[in-house]
Amino acid sequence: MEVVTTTNGMELVYQKPSTLTDTPFHYCPGCGHGVVHKLLMEVVEEMGIQEQTIGIAPVGCSVFAYNYMNVDMQEAAHGRAAAVATGVKRVFPDKYVFSYQGDGDLAAIGTGETIHTANRGENILVVFINNAIYGMTGGQMAPTTLLGMVTSTTPFGRQQAVMGFPLKITDLIAQLPGAYYVTRQAVHTTNAVRKTKKALRLALEYQPRKKGICFVEVVSNCPSGWKMTPVEANAWMEKNMFPMYPLGDLKVPQ
Amino acid sequence: MNQKKEPPRLMKGNEALAEAALRAGLQAYFGYPITPQSEILEYLTEHGAKRGAVVLQAESELAAINMVYGAAGAGARAMTSSSSPGISLMQEGLSYMTSAQLPCLVVNVSRGGPGLGTIQPAQSDYFQATKGGGHGDYHLIVLAPSSVQEMADFVFDAFRLSEKYRNPAMILADGALGQMMEKVSLPAEGSLPPGDKPWATVGKPASRERNIITSLFIEPERMEEVNLHLQKKYHEIQQEVRYEEIETNDAEILLVAFGLAARIAQKAVELAREKGIKAGLLRPITLYPFPSQIISSLSRKVISFLVVEMNAGQMVEDVRLAVAGGRPVAFKGRMGGMIPSPEEVLEEIESIAESYRIPAV
Ligand SMILES: Cc1ncc(C[n+]2csc(CCOP(=O)(O)OP(=O)(O)O)c2C)c(N)n1
Ligand code: SF4
Ligand SMILES: [Mg+2]
Repeated sequence: MEVVTTTNGMELVYQKPSTLTDTPFHYCPGCGHGVVHKLLMEVVEEMGIQEQTIGIAPVGCSVFAYNYMNVDMQEAAHGRAAAVATGVKRVFPDKYVFSYQGDGDLAAIGTGETIHTANRGENILVVFINNAIYGMTGGQMAPTTLLGMVTSTTPFGRQQAVMGFPLKITDLIAQLPGAYYVTRQAVHTTNAVRKTKKALRLALEYQPRKKGICFVEVVSNCPSGWKMTPVEANAWMEKNMFPMYPLGDLKVPQ
Repeated sequence: MNQKKEPPRLMKGNEALAEAALRAGLQAYFGYPITPQSEILEYLTEHGAKRGAVVLQAESELAAINMVYGAAGAGARAMTSSSSPGISLMQEGLSYMTSAQLPCLVVNVSRGGPGLGTIQPAQSDYFQATKGGGHGDYHLIVLAPSSVQEMADFVFDAFRLSEKYRNPAMILADGALGQMMEKVSLPAEGSLPPGDKPWATVGKPASRERNIITSLFIEPERMEEVNLHLQKKYHEIQQEVRYEEIETNDAEILLVAFGLAARIAQKAVELAREKGIKAGLLRPITLYPFPSQIISSLSRKVISFLVVEMNAGQMVEDVRLAVAGGRPVAFKGRMGGMIPSPEEVLEEIESIAESYRIPAV
């Protein structure tokens, strides 16, 4: 590898990918969104596909993903990212198309679009950030909120009798023949970050095969919505989220 | 209006419209079945792919309009069609598309409502079509055909206008126009070349900044700027106004009607003329922009207005605004899928003539 030296004589071992803009992230300290943005854009840079990539941003905390990701992007209505991505991909079947969505966007208001897009086997990448809460609107219950979990609309904890069960939508997606690669990852440790990056890379490498949807869930945190410090949030996530949303591949190409 | 045409053939309104869309260079169609417009989706699924158009049956109208959003954002000439309940579901997407300034064609082969209503033809979506329909300050460009020929012709006009102004355009038809068969001379293929769309998300080359399609403008100053830009555009769109005048020269009672109702009104005008009553018809072709000016200037010549619609009285409000109290404006409507007969309309004309003692000559 070529060694790059900075002006003060130190060796440059890491830099922001050119596929990220210079706009500072607006995310709260410790939030997983920024990490996943960076990983996705690193993969786009490393694969040299910036010119062929079109992204779809959701409505949620990552609504401004297009301010950071230096690729052509469309901002979809709440929950409709998969349908918008379908429209783009059908027009450009040979380009790389991804949607980036939160749990409220993808698994509540957009469930229909999510399931049908997967079931049609649209050749797109869906990046799904599951933080078990509506971060953007101030911490309300999400479809993925755990039983007993306190949110601003489940002040006594999510009760199954009233609000039903956490929705494991990634497990549902994995059942569909239109799904090609389905995996659940995290970004709370360096090791987890490496694995998520590898998953994103595989998902984009698979796209030209036109074998179906690639779906990467990232179990993430929301320190602000969860009312925890980033360190507490990650510990809480490991202890409570991972048993319900275990990390690993749910479906790999045969 | 439209270039070269083929010798006439007999076609259903929905099919003529679908065939015209392919000839107008349709690149992407997304739709969901609903009576009385399913023939559009059916025709395009049969003929679209082999003629180079992406055609997809979506899981809902919600998905369909958002697929149109994606395809239009990617620069494709995109279209959807539905009927009233489905068009209601598309309002969110249309609001987003006007704000994101995406062109597309939406066809509403409307039916009687409210609610699930009836599959029979109605014009009760006039407010929804012309006043915005979804949230925010916006308009669609709205064309109202009144024949199978216009079902085909207006596809070209709608695409052209929507791309010129980067705003969704709607063809507001009704179940009768969609289902009936008439002679139609189809416009020639390839007469509407694709325009330049430098704003489209096609993948960012190193030579330019990234393209972003969005309707989110979080700072109020910026959101106001966007709104001012849209309003300026709607002001410019007024120059695209179109209407047809029938026997207006010496008319004393002026009927105003669009779409199917205009055909009935035209027949009623003929019947009235046979009885010596000087009736005429003004038919708005564009419902947005609305032909307020011509109505206003005709109001100085005529004695009274009669607006005929297949609803409870929607366009009549715009006519009254244009007339501005200068003349009385009467209304004759049928609702729920019922179509007024020319004789019913004639009765109204006669009673107006009577009340103003317009002498029969
Ligand atoms: C139609 C509509 N309904 C509601 C909202 C308000 N809203 C904005 S973001 C959001 C939830 C986002 O939660 P999620 O998708 O989990 O994303 P996060 O912020 O947690 O990343 C809601 C309900 C909206 N913008 N549009
Ligand atoms: S509210 Fe939650 S999801 Fe949103 S930026 Fe803050 S920590 Fe992240
Ligand atoms: Mg969330």
